[in-house]
Amino acid sequence: MNPVIEVQGLWTQFGDHVVHKDLNLTVMPGEVVSLVGGSGSGKTTLMRQILGLEQPTRGTVRVFGIPLQGSSAQLLHKIRKRWGVLFQEGALYSALSVFDNIALPLRELRAFDDEFIRDMVMLKLDMVDIERRHAAKMPADLSGGMIKRIALARALVLEPELVFLDEPTAGLDPDRSESFVRLIQSLHATLNLTVVMVTHDLDTLVSLSDKIAVLAEQRLIVYGTLREAISVRHPFILNFFLGERGLRALSAVGASAKLDGRH
Amino acid sequence: MQQASAPTVLDPEVRQVRAADGAEALALTGAWDIRALESRARSLNSQLRQLAPDPGRHWDLSGIQRLDHIGALLIWQAWGKHRPARLALAHAHEVFFSNLDSAAAAAPAAPFDPLRPVRALGAAVLLTAEHLRGIVQLFGQILIDSFALIRHPLRGPWREISASLFRVGAQALGITALVGFLIGVVLSYLSAEQLKAFGANIFIINLLGMGIIRELGPVIAAVLVAGRSGSAITAQLGVMRVTEELDALSVMGIPHTVRLILPKIVALAIAMPLLILWTSGVALIGGALSANMQLGISVHSFFIGLPAAVPTVNLWLAMGKGVVFGALIALIACHFGLRVQPNTESLGIGTTNSVVTSITAVIIADAVFAVIFSHVGISLS
Ligand SMILES: Nc1ncnc2c1ncn2[C@@H]1O[C@H](COP(=O)(O)OP(=O)(O)O)[C@@H](O)[C@H]1O
Ligand SMILES: [Mg+2]
Repeated sequence: MNPVIEVQGLWTQFGDHVVHKDLNLTVMPGEVVSLVGGSGSGKTTLMRQILGLEQPTRGTVRVFGIPLQGSSAQLLHKIRKRWGVLFQEGALYSALSVFDNIALPLRELRAFDDEFIRDMVMLKLDMVDIERRHAAKMPADLSGGMIKRIALARALVLEPELVFLDEPTAGLDPDRSESFVRLIQSLHATLNLTVVMVTHDLDTLVSLSDKIAVLAEQRLIVYGTLREAISVRHPFILNFFLGERGLRALSAVGASAKLDGRH
Repeated sequence: MQQASAPTVLDPEVRQVRAADGAEALALTGAWDIRALESRARSLNSQLRQLAPDPGRHWDLSGIQRLDHIGALLIWQAWGKHRPARLALAHAHEVFFSNLDSAAAAAPAAPFDPLRPVRALGAAVLLTAEHLRGIVQLFGQILIDSFALIRHPLRGPWREISASLFRVGAQALGITALVGFLIGVVLSYLSAEQLKAFGANIFIINLLGMGIIRELGPVIAAVLVAGRSGSAITAQLGVMRVTEELDALSVMGIPHTVRLILPKIVALAIAMPLLILWTSGVALIGGALSANMQLGISVHSFFIGLPAAVPTVNLWLAMGKGVVFGALIALIACHFGLRVQPNTESLGIGTTNSVVTSITAVIIADAVFAVIFSHVGISLS
């Protein structure tokens, strides 16, 4: 199996400020990878580089085996149709209604008739648990949580193989974020999605991730399963996972039993 | 990935076959996912619809190699939006059809409305009235705030006023000078041709002096400022509305009329008359230079003759126009800025409306001035 994402020897520098120093990351098909790290550690920058929105100072990024640097526009367009992105603030087009936001990528393909598009949009709204009567509303009239779920519907409407989620559950109430996690889980199971997400929400992190990538000191200090991650002694990890909040989240999934010996 | 484990993924295909019991069946094979359907959806759709009508038909979907929601919906629409009685479907693909039945509920269409043009006209009139009311209201609020300010002058937004003054005034000197100069040259050039024909060369001073100082200078400066600063003010306030900065000011108990709007109105009311003087001055210089070349009237004698041709009261009239135009432009720009809805399209429409409305308002105000002061400052010596 070929990796979906392959980041090799990535350096990022803003002026004198080095954000990533020789960073490597490989994501295999079907994996759910969570990117964690302190504020300002370069998570968003890394994600934007994988999306081709920013150029790394040095190093290569390959998605679906295709290098982002130096590939033809046509090839890059093919990649872009195979991934879906949920931006942190949703990034719904404010001039379009909810319906048109979700319909836009479908219409752009020019392959489907209006009836198909309408049914598809309604199904996606059902999927993310948004009532259909909201379809005609404008993004400005929606709450943050609704915007996020509609943005997810838009990201998923073209059946992507790879999904990026930036803080998917931040700003959702606990109930919603739990149903969000279940939604991602079921999509992952049915479509064999590959998911890369940035999150600070331990519950989401613990219940979704196959692998955790911890970004600190300009590189990935750990890249492995939850158990591998928490066995590393590093101030950030101790703080993040083994603080009071972290232990609570871990105990919820029965992971804390393994930790008791260490405290 | 799936394609790596499966042998080869075939193109989507529809075939008529005989099922085990001898009945006719439709067999769907290959990949029915978005990657494969993207280019073939239309032809497959028409093919399916041609073959599908018989409700008792047997459907064999077990040969489908890959399926997703897009493919499932396409097939389900060919079924006439309900599951056929006789269907062979791989268990793993069940999930894509599981929630399709709810998609049938159609959204209600908008009813036909014969009175629509009338309604639209009424709405436009009401909207205009609403704008007028909003502007008057804003003006009233600003007056109230100004009285409060007179009682506590130290709390005034002096810093903001000074910053606005620099932006709308000092930074506009270049463009107003350029446009004013060119207008002066062109006007002088065209008039000189006519005056020469009548041998009335010396009247170029009256013509340019009156025309530029009384009318053209104020209007040109006002139109330029409306385009330049009016749009900037509307866009700034609009973005602040979009990003909830206005709300943040309100909850801190800082009234945005005092912090944001009053400084702009005051700054434009001060800067506008000065800009008008500047524009008219440069336009007159342009006119004098052109007159010198065309008619041989020296620049020196042009400006010596000017006070006699144009009574001083015209300057005061121009300055008065400046105060009114400046305040109008700022008021209208702020009004439209505050009305921007939190979306990008509304921001664009608001900015356009602001500039168009303020230029129109300036021209109307100029006409009002012309009527009121028709006997002031016009001497026929
Ligand atoms: N365009 C930029 N110019 C300069 N510095 C930047 C830029 N983008 C990000 N940075 C810096 O890079 C670091 C990483 O930022 P970011 O990726 O946003 O962190 P995170 O998402 O992990 O909080 C921060 O210190 C930020 O200040
Ligand atoms: Mg970030």
